[in-house]
Amino acid sequence: MAERTVAWKPRGQNQLIGKKIPRIDGIDKASGAAKYSADINTPGTLFGKVLTCPHAHAKVVRLDLTAAEKMPGVRAVHAFAQVGQEVRYDGWPIAAVAAERPEIAEDALRAIKVKYEVLEHWVDEEDLEGAKQAGRTKDTRRRPKGDVDAAFQSAKAVHEGYYGLHTVTHCCLERHGSHAEWKGEKELNVHLSTQNVSGTAPQYAKALQLDAANVAINCEYIGGGFGSKFSVDQWDIACAIMAKKAGRPVRLLLDRATELKIAGNRPSVFAKIKVAADADGKVVAWDSYQWGTRGVGGGNVSLSVIPYLIDDVPNKRQRSVGIRTDCGSYRAWRAPNHPQGCYLTICALDDLAAKLGEDPLQFFLRNLDRISKEHLRQTFAGELKRAAELIGWKEKWHPRGQGGDGPIKRGLGLSMHTWPGRAHQANCTLRIYPDGTVESLQGSQDLGTGTRTVIAITVAETLGLPLSAVNVRIGSNKYPFARASGGSTTVGGVSGPNRRAALQALWKIFDLVAAKYEVDADSLEARGGKIWSNGKVVCSWKQAASLIGPMPLEFHGEGPKKDGLTSEDVGGVQMADVLVDTETGLIRINRFVAVQDCGLIIDELTARSQVMSGMTLGIAYALSEERIMDRKTGRFINADLENYKLPRIGDIGELVVEMYQPDSEYARGVVGLGEPPVISPGAAISNAVANAIGVRVPVLPLTPQRVLDALKGGVA
Amino acid sequence: MPAQQHSRQRGPSFSRRDFLKGSGAAVAATAIVTAPQEIDAAQESGPKVTSAEPTEVTLTVNGRNYRLKVEPRVTLLEVLRNDLNLTGAKEVCETTTCGACTVLIDGKATYACARLAIECEGQDIRTIESLRNGDQVDEVIAGFVKHDATQCGFCTPGFVMATKAFLAKHPKATLEDVRKGLGGNICRCGTYKGITECALELARKGGA
Repeated sequence: MAERTVAWKPRGQNQLIGKKIPRIDGIDKASGAAKYSADINTPGTLFGKVLTCPHAHAKVVRLDLTAAEKMPGVRAVHAFAQVGQEVRYDGWPIAAVAAERPEIAEDALRAIKVKYEVLEHWVDEEDLEGAKQAGRTKDTRRRPKGDVDAAFQSAKAVHEGYYGLHTVTHCCLERHGSHAEWKGEKELNVHLSTQNVSGTAPQYAKALQLDAANVAINCEYIGGGFGSKFSVDQWDIACAIMAKKAGRPVRLLLDRATELKIAGNRPSVFAKIKVAADADGKVVAWDSYQWGTRGVGGGNVSLSVIPYLIDDVPNKRQRSVGIRTDCGSYRAWRAPNHPQGCYLTICALDDLAAKLGEDPLQFFLRNLDRISKEHLRQTFAGELKRAAELIGWKEKWHPRGQGGDGPIKRGLGLSMHTWPGRAHQANCTLRIYPDGTVESLQGSQDLGTGTRTVIAITVAETLGLPLSAVNVRIGSNKYPFARASGGSTTVGGVSGPNRRAALQALWKIFDLVAAKYEVDADSLEARGGKIWSNGKVVCSWKQAASLIGPMPLEFHGEGPKKDGLTSEDVGGVQMADVLVDTETGLIRINRFVAVQDCGLIIDELTARSQVMSGMTLGIAYALSEERIMDRKTGRFINADLENYKLPRIGDIGELVVEMYQPDSEYARGVVGLGEPPVISPGAAISNAVANAIGVRVPVLPLTPQRVLDALKGGVA
Repeated sequence: MPAQQHSRQRGPSFSRRDFLKGSGAAVAATAIVTAPQEIDAAQESGPKVTSAEPTEVTLTVNGRNYRLKVEPRVTLLEVLRNDLNLTGAKEVCETTTCGACTVLIDGKATYACARLAIECEGQDIRTIESLRNGDQVDEVIAGFVKHDATQCGFCTPGFVMATKAFLAKHPKATLEDVRKGLGGNICRCGTYKGITECALELARKGGA
């Protein structure tokens, strides 16, 4: 140990960082001991439920709550909607009740009398002409670059195609909601299923006219968020209001159907795309016209991701139409805009490669210099090469449509993605107690990425202690502030401050040890629960900690800082090997490979899990998952887990994950990982299907019906 | 509640099993002309629905007896979570689809949301909480943690219970067996690969 500068250890010296370490809260999760907001049962807790509107667009003409209010066992009723108000989609909250038992709450909802005047609606997200006629559209465009028409004229190959993705929901397994309990009139204690522990108290305070300091937010565990749980929702406020009215705690979670209808979704996009390559096989021109919906507010997928990744195209034109639909509003869905931009772009380029009669691997390798994030080009080259080895691209790839003689065809496809993933703002408090116990506190949360484990590894590695020596506290807004978990920002966000604070603590301990044992502080090193000097043990960690006196040592860590602990921008490559049954239209994933960089890896086990997570969600939206709106009634007709199809354990094939970890990646510091792996699956799987059957199935999810329709049409 | 309505709801008793077996109307019609004792004698042992009013029921959960009064429409899952505070079994789909509430009833993996509490009297109900005693955990739990088969963790207890029952029945399960046998549970985060590896490792050791 020499200079006192903040940095990660040299890679080879790590005892914990970069190893495959099981998560420290794994047993609590797997044994059911972990308490989620949905599990909070403080004495006297009432059960809240929400009544919603069954119409896509209507006016409330009568709302009578009296029968519900008078029902025995009902303790509070709350109205969201007012007479005369317009309600804008299926699932719009009308009223809520809190009762002694859930079944009584359900009876009370049935007793609420609502009359609607049903109004015209529009829910179709793909029918652009219809939406225009219904006056539901708004155009946006970017200033064109270069001379697009001339570039198409002189190009060697031009491809025109149609592509699209339907809306999917977040479908968190823990439904949105909270448990609210008052302490007197002015203090509120909430267990909220949230990705934003430190940021939600002010939202309660504003809605309920409280002091933000008097709102306690707790979220020890959250059953899925995926970008849909950043804010306090109106039903959470209603939960708190009813708790106050009843003088009792209330737990209110949306029912499953409402969860799917109104608690967040990923916008759809459909596009006509024209793309061209020059004589060298480089992309020279792009022209896209896209439309889709973000729900009742209109809008569409951002043009900033069109074309995606291979974006440094000399001639391009992008136009977009947002459709206002009477459907639940979008929320940030894991890697907002990117899965859609990636799908449209990479599929169109894959079709262009086919038009050139070329292996897409060669085509994409040649076009890496069209990636404007120059510093990632080499990473992509390395990842493409490695992924190709893992999937057996050289042996198994064949030109389109040569996927076998029988009815079952086999094909390979690839895709690439990028994501910033820079560390978010976060603070922590690190305490060393005189008995050697260590504690780290922050108002962060664990979406399932392993926040607690990452913090424990960082601190234990720094102090030379076993993982079990570090007590990690998250999930309360009374701990030091940390930003919301979104945008793949948390692992970098929490590891930086904890490394900084732990180094401060270590240096202080070294000074105390140096004085007591008369050794040079700069010679000291902490490893294996002991303090060492030049290869000899000076004292145990416990003895060292005893030197601090009766009070704990406390350090404050902040971040992000420009000290190299964290950075940004990752790439990532995925390749799929699929089987397509041309008689039934059924697709099976054979093997699905991901090669993913993310800078310095704190825990390889949980990092790999994030990649598998992205791939599995990707298989869902590529093959089966979609919101189906009934055009006539305007209702979300598959808002249940029976018909909103998610893959099960037998539906994902063999997932192969390799973390791309040359030393140059370690040197970059920590970069976020949660989002990138969910971006590519749609394109990789669709391209594999096109390779297998020789035609593009243009719209995701690739249901058997869409596969059969594409085979019937027979157009590439 | 008016007395008249009350007595109507109390009506004659019939077994839920018979009701489900054939025409409910036919069973009810028979019941009207038969004294209640006779019906009881004629019925196989099993829960009886006598009224929509709260009914006393004794449930044997994790080896302990709990005496409760619940309405017949209340599910086992609701009782476990809301009355017994055994919250390891999660409520997710509400439509007996996802397996997050899987418990063992007489050793068989069962969706707790698919059973009424009053149906389960006299049966051995085991919840996820029975697989842990302080620091001692069942090997399925340990296997899930080792293979990182948990992310947000909300589906995990149900998946652990399903895996426990599956391996008891198929101690030498193959990959294909796992893919079919654990298809009753849904994970949204994407932990299927870890679960598969965990189940196969335990199967190589001869089950769990």
